[in-house]
Amino acid sequence: MIRRVCALLVRELSAFYYSPVAYVVLFFFLILNGLAFWFSIAPLSHGPSELTVVQIFFNKLSFWIAYLLVFPVITMRLFSEEFKLGTIETLMTAPVRDWEVVGTKFLAALLFYLTLWLPSLLYFLIFGWLVNREAAGMGAQLWAPYLLLLVMGMFNLSLGCLASSLTSNQILAAMIASVLVMGIFFLTMIGYAIGSSSPILREITSYVAQLDHMDTFSRGVIDSRPLVFYPTCTALVLLITYHVFQYRRWKV
Amino acid sequence: MIKVEHLTKEYAGVVAIKEISFEVARGEIVGFLGPNGAGKSTTMRILASYLPPTSGRATVAGFDVFRDSLKARRRIGYLAENVPLYHDMRVDEYLRYRGTLKGLSGRKLKGRVGATKELCGLREVGRKKIAGLSKGFRQRVGLAEAMIHEPDLLILDEPTIGLDPNQIRQVRELIKSLGERHTILLSTHILSEVEATCNRVLIINRGKLEASDSPYNLVNQLRTAGLVNLEVKTGTEDPTEYLLKIPGVKEVQLEINGVWRKGWIRIEANSDLREEIFGLAVERKWIIRELSKERATLEDVFVELTHTES
Repeated sequence: MIRRVCALLVRELSAFYYSPVAYVVLFFFLILNGLAFWFSIAPLSHGPSELTVVQIFFNKLSFWIAYLLVFPVITMRLFSEEFKLGTIETLMTAPVRDWEVVGTKFLAALLFYLTLWLPSLLYFLIFGWLVNREAAGMGAQLWAPYLLLLVMGMFNLSLGCLASSLTSNQILAAMIASVLVMGIFFLTMIGYAIGSSSPILREITSYVAQLDHMDTFSRGVIDSRPLVFYPTCTALVLLITYHVFQYRRWKV
Repeated sequence: MIKVEHLTKEYAGVVAIKEISFEVARGEIVGFLGPNGAGKSTTMRILASYLPPTSGRATVAGFDVFRDSLKARRRIGYLAENVPLYHDMRVDEYLRYRGTLKGLSGRKLKGRVGATKELCGLREVGRKKIAGLSKGFRQRVGLAEAMIHEPDLLILDEPTIGLDPNQIRQVRELIKSLGERHTILLSTHILSEVEATCNRVLIINRGKLEASDSPYNLVNQLRTAGLVNLEVKTGTEDPTEYLLKIPGVKEVQLEINGVWRKGWIRIEANSDLREEIFGLAVERKWIIRELSKERATLEDVFVELTHTES
């Protein structure tokens, strides 16, 4: 079974790198992240800052744009293409379980997503080495935001998987994924806007307040709630994806 | 090898196949015939455990294709209609990937990839991308993939569609040679192919199984099998009444064409009265220019069983 899952995973990962989309994503991601990094170190030339470089980086607009746009692009292909090409038929008549397919597709997307963040980690390390001071103090202040990126990414990628399993049209899949990802992201804004009149709504939206979570984590404070909440939601959405996937296949 | 019992599949109220039952023994090559939309692909997809049946049961090598799906799938090589492939992969890479999925590894995997490539004539395209291959090569990649794990049963949905006559012949030879080791269920519209390769034919029409027999028996049971063609010169005599006196002759239809009379004689199926007819001609001093038994083809059987008055 391990060998089978590895084969599926390698296939999914290589499919990313066979398509030009991967390189376009990598390119724009580098630019946006580079910009965000430049914005976070530029103020240092005007004197000491109250915020760490990491803190500024993870709260910049260009960071959030890159973050939000990447999910639909990564996930749109996953299931849609198999349905479109009909390869779903060859895939599912091989001795593989449905959950293995759903799981490896998600995992491949997650691995690709994580590699996207590697350059930024490199920026901080090089920065620390060049100026002889860490970009964000020690330990948790550096890796806590990455931990949060992992769990939030898992959740958003699972939404993308769900969108892709719904249709055989990649563009449509990307649009559905965008609506889901952005919709949940901007729920927080609704929370801010009418939070004062409705504390319950404020409370609910605070669970998916990705901006607030990042603010907390980039200070090096690790809040256990998002660490439990996002993976749980991921599992739930993947379960729905699994059922949609089965349903679509059997309906054909 | 295959056992299908009362298999029914409905899609949103439309019945695709209805109460189909048949069995295929180990080592048989079975041709699956029927007009487009008759339910061939649906049946094959259920057998390949891609679709669940609405009701009924199907087992492959003793494993239920739905409940014991994984075990059944390990014993099946399936070539889907239109041969869906990953266009971004290279042939070698694709075969290795599929082999691994089907449980091969190490030296065994390498050996099988080499062997199937050799068998399917893919040696020189191993490094090529599937997207750049011609239809014939893609078909062969699909075939190689289906048999890579040496399955007991090969299910081939229209393996020769879209191929040129030379390629069709190659694939036919390949299937024949595979039949020595595998059980094969294949669907096709090329009836001569079925006559040449299959031990048995299943004919399906509008979701129902119409016939299941060897091509030879099917052809012999057909009405047209009881026809004898005759072209004879009898002078002024009318041969019809003489011919009708031969026991077994049911109907005579001869047209005058100059001094010759040409037409057919309907006799009882599974009988051959050519000797008696010849004897009669000698006795009456007729001259025979043609005396032959009408040879029905599988095409006649197919048309007879599946044609619809519309």
